[in-house]
Amino acid sequence: MLPSITRLSQAPCRLLLSVSRRYQSFSPRPFRVPIPQRSFQSATPLLHKAVEKPKTGEGLQVNYITPDGEKVTVYAKEGDNLLDIAHANDIDLEGACEGSLACSTCHVIVEDKYYDQLEEPSDEENDMLDLAFGLTETSRLGCQVIMSKELDGITVRLPSATRNLQVEKLR
Amino acid sequence: MPVTRSVVASFKGRLVGAPPLSSLCTQAHFRFIRFYSASTHPPPASTEALTIGMVGSGPAGFYTAQHLLRNLPNVKIDMYEALPVPYGLVRFGVAPDHPEVKNVIHKFETIAQDPRFRFIGNVRIGHDLDLAELKPRYDALILSYGASQDQRLGLPDEDAIPNVFSARAFVGWYNGLPEHRDLNPDLESSDTAVVIGQGNVALDVARVLLMPLDELAKTDITEHALEALRRSKIRHVHLIGRRGPLQASFTAKELREMIALPDTKLHLDVPLLQSQMEAGSAILSKERPRRRLMELLLKGATNPLSNTSPTSKSWSLKFLSSPIHLVTNPTTQALEGLQLEKNRLEGPLNAPRAVGTGEIEEIPCGLLLRSIGYKSVPLQGLPFDSKRGMIPNVRGKVQNEDSFTSGIYVAGWLKRGPTGVIAATMYDAIETADTIINDIQKGELQPRIGPTVPPGFKGLESMLRARGVKVVDFHAWKKIDEVEVAEGTPKGKPREKVVEVDKMMEIAGR
Ligand SMILES: Cc1cc2nc3c(=O)[nH]c(=O)nc-3n(C[C@H](O)[C@H](O)[C@H](O)COP(=O)(O)OP(=O)(O)OC[C@H]3O[C@@H](n4cnc5c(N)ncnc54)[C@H](O)[C@@H]3O)c2cc1C
Ligand SMILES: NC(=O)c1ccc[n+]([C@@H]2O[C@H](COP(=O)([O-])OP(=O)(O)OC[C@H]3O[C@@H](n4cnc5c(N)ncnc54)[C@H](OP(=O)(O)O)[C@@H]3O)[C@@H](O)[C@H]2O)c1
Ligand code: FES
Repeated sequence: MLPSITRLSQAPCRLLLSVSRRYQSFSPRPFRVPIPQRSFQSATPLLHKAVEKPKTGEGLQVNYITPDGEKVTVYAKEGDNLLDIAHANDIDLEGACEGSLACSTCHVIVEDKYYDQLEEPSDEENDMLDLAFGLTETSRLGCQVIMSKELDGITVRLPSATRNLQVEKLR
Repeated sequence: MPVTRSVVASFKGRLVGAPPLSSLCTQAHFRFIRFYSASTHPPPASTEALTIGMVGSGPAGFYTAQHLLRNLPNVKIDMYEALPVPYGLVRFGVAPDHPEVKNVIHKFETIAQDPRFRFIGNVRIGHDLDLAELKPRYDALILSYGASQDQRLGLPDEDAIPNVFSARAFVGWYNGLPEHRDLNPDLESSDTAVVIGQGNVALDVARVLLMPLDELAKTDITEHALEALRRSKIRHVHLIGRRGPLQASFTAKELREMIALPDTKLHLDVPLLQSQMEAGSAILSKERPRRRLMELLLKGATNPLSNTSPTSKSWSLKFLSSPIHLVTNPTTQALEGLQLEKNRLEGPLNAPRAVGTGEIEEIPCGLLLRSIGYKSVPLQGLPFDSKRGMIPNVRGKVQNEDSFTSGIYVAGWLKRGPTGVIAATMYDAIETADTIINDIQKGELQPRIGPTVPPGFKGLESMLRARGVKVVDFHAWKKIDEVEVAEGTPKGKPREKVVEVDKMMEIAGR
């Protein structure tokens, strides 16, 4: 059976590190708080659809909280989705089906306040969310969340893949 | 490989909550740090690089490789694959009408471009090379060879009666798995097929049998399968589940696709579904995925088809039924039907068992596909849990440690049994990679293949050559890939798969 749904606010906030996450990213990410030190550059650049970054000081703010508990703040243009924005900024959000609603690996957990501003997920998105690891009531698929002015300042958490691993329960 | 900072520095910066670096500098950790920082001051690669061998090139193999390559600068990975072509079930399992799922191949291709990674196709471990020959050449081995067999029903003559196949073979046939290209299922002698099992594989094969051909023709389905499906008379497919609707194993997206099939009616026992939903309401209220699945099922079964015509096709979900006897024509031996025993459910509501009632029913059919799960095979020298079809492990590390099993890890379907979508396989690949990185940190796993033994593939190449095994590297696979795409393009298909190993080898120039 899949894990039952818990609201983000009730979900335990775990800051333990997973080893792979610790060494995961390789090129300096912009606007990071705190700015982490990098070890080496990836020989395998992430694939992403080219999203244009806004000029410095412009754009809509997006905050990603990594599985390590690190907050990464980036800026994006209206109309771009959270998966492409993550990739353009070297944030490690997987997107196995490249945004075609067929994999659920781009799962993000949205801050309550912003979740309510999003349009309802489609049936197709809900179908894939049902397979997402660590589903919560404010879960969404990153590839389906499109930035708009109302979402300026949005914070999303990337679920930790390796903690509380219950993959055998995922069908 | 570009290096921006030594690992010692990154260690300090990123290890939140870990002991101070000074306290980590035990002898073992010194070795670890020396090993990690090797890329800033490269020592001779042969003494310092960690050489890892992998078996199997499906999603588990590629995702584990990705996480190791990202996190260990001085690592070399050799990935062995039995077939000349990579990607496992992404190529030979995922349904042809699901091209979006195969987008993940782009990621795998990027991983394969890493200069520290080597694809070694057309080498079957346990046949062309033994594990015992592989082991001394590698600091660690990761087994991700999936599940290359399937579960049986245990019915008399299951393997002898014509037109009774495993879904694995049928899927392999339409997806171009060389092993099953000559399956030749007879789709013309009867209008009814039965599939045993109610998982996503069962829905995949049912959909391929019932979906419109013009849609299928635009996919990478093999030409031989497309031709056979063009001639197919199958119009009705029954999917048999031994337990009830609440225990169905398929997922919403795949059910929605079945419900959306044009001119195809879904039949199921609606009162049974409703009573089961009522009885299980406590579970359904807590489990959103199952609740949504049941609601969709009810909607699909009760929605009248607006466009039903006399030629309509149908599919049915038959619950609480177990196959007990294959009915054949006494003279031709051809399959004519299936006897089912009615079951009732016993045990806890959230995990009931099916128990036979003795009541028998017979349904006519001319094709039977058992879709009751894939099965992994053991590898000589390693423990194996045959009940669960996996190598026993703790977070990916093979247990039962002796000197042979030490340094051996597993990932994917071989690690947890044959269930889970690619996302689940990815998560457990990350877990296995983490376990390996942890073992390095603890000093339990170190580069140890000395200069006396050439590490990795280098030391095995001549042995393979002497055995007449020709290796397909990634470059050679790309030649096959190009030919497939070029052959598919004029037909409006993403590719026309090469289905014979000999032809693959010829194109690869091997
Ligand atoms: C019919 C079917 C359809 C599916 N459709 C989907 C889908 O649409 N979406 C989804 O998310 N998931 C789907 N899945 C699940 C997905 O395919 C699995 O989660 C995933 O492929 C498991 O990865 P793996 O690497 O463990 O195994 P595999 O993908 O099976 O890879 C194992 C590899 O090891 C190789 N190998 C085997 N033995 C040896 C040996 N002795 N030596 C060397 N190499 C060897 C094999 O040739 C193969 O390439 C489907 C599964 C099936 C069966
Ligand atoms: N589109 C997709 O995303 C997709 C497509 C294909 C496959 N996959 C994934 O690949 C994995 C494997 O799929 P699968 O369909 O092979 O496995 P599965 O989901 O485990 O389904 C197996 C089915 O066989 C039944 N079964 C098992 N043993 C039986 C027996 N002895 N007699 C009668 N029935 C029996 C099971 O019923 P019980 O529950 O009673 O055991 C179940 O209905 C799944 O995780 C699946 O989601 C995904
Ligand atoms: S990237 Fe696959 S569902 Fe979003």
